[in-house]
Amino acid sequence: MFVRWSTAIAAAILLSGPALLQGAIAADKPTDPQIAHIAYTAGVMDINAAKQAQKKAKNKDVKAFAEDMLRDHEAVNKQALALVKKLNVTPEDNDTSRTLSKQASDKLAELDKLDGAAFDKAYVANEVAYHKAVNGALETQLIPSANNAELKSLLQTGLKIFQGHQQHAEHVAAELK
Amino acid sequence: MKPGRLTSIALAVVLLPMVVPARAATMEISMENLVIVPAEVSAKVGDTIEWINKDVFAHTATAKNGDFDVTLPPKKSATLVLRKAGTVDYYCRYHPNMKATLKVEP
Repeated sequence: MFVRWSTAIAAAILLSGPALLQGAIAADKPTDPQIAHIAYTAGVMDINAAKQAQKKAKNKDVKAFAEDMLRDHEAVNKQALALVKKLNVTPEDNDTSRTLSKQASDKLAELDKLDGAAFDKAYVANEVAYHKAVNGALETQLIPSANNAELKSLLQTGLKIFQGHQQHAEHVAAELK
Repeated sequence: MKPGRLTSIALAVVLLPMVVPARAATMEISMENLVIVPAEVSAKVGDTIEWINKDVFAHTATAKNGDFDVTLPPKKSATLVLRKAGTVDYYCRYHPNMKATLKVEP
């Protein structure tokens, strides 16, 4: 059952269409240890993307954006690690995390082939799509499924930050055109 | 007695202009969990705004009209003395969904 749920997230990220996710099976709930793993994995994805952008980006707004992503996602993941330690929860690897990691490394490889303005544009476009998909997953699946109140609250803070990132990314994308 | 009275008059004259800015207020605005509270603040020219960032994330208080751009590192605060009357909308450059308004009266 969990596989169906994770396939829905994977599809949503691929198509960057949160609508698809909303149609996902609400009955299949990930557990807290799985949610923690998915959230952390999603954070690492964007940290790695930002590190790549720091090396490759040419535009100063894109460089600054990558720096902001690195700082915020590292801060969120630091909080997530502190929370799982406090709650004595071991994050549990799962199909969704594995699918996300696979997609992220494919994307890194794809972006690595690009340079200059083409890289800047592709990186920012992917940041918009990534944050849209993550926000959709947080709103419709991860937050409603979380049992622990502190985990839920951290995810809610995360949602607000990532909604901010999405707006920021959309703004940078518009400036590049 | 006379020199004493003179001194106090002189002191009063010297101190008077310093009393006026001392009456200016400091308004505290917090940034916590990506929300600016209060979202609307009324102040007067000469007042000080103190933004207190309670988050572990960096924020900014950036005026839409370019009047100010204050950077707030995680868990730090920063101040701004209001010099101009008017209504200013501001936001966080890093998280543009954080928005608030300052109403500055003359």
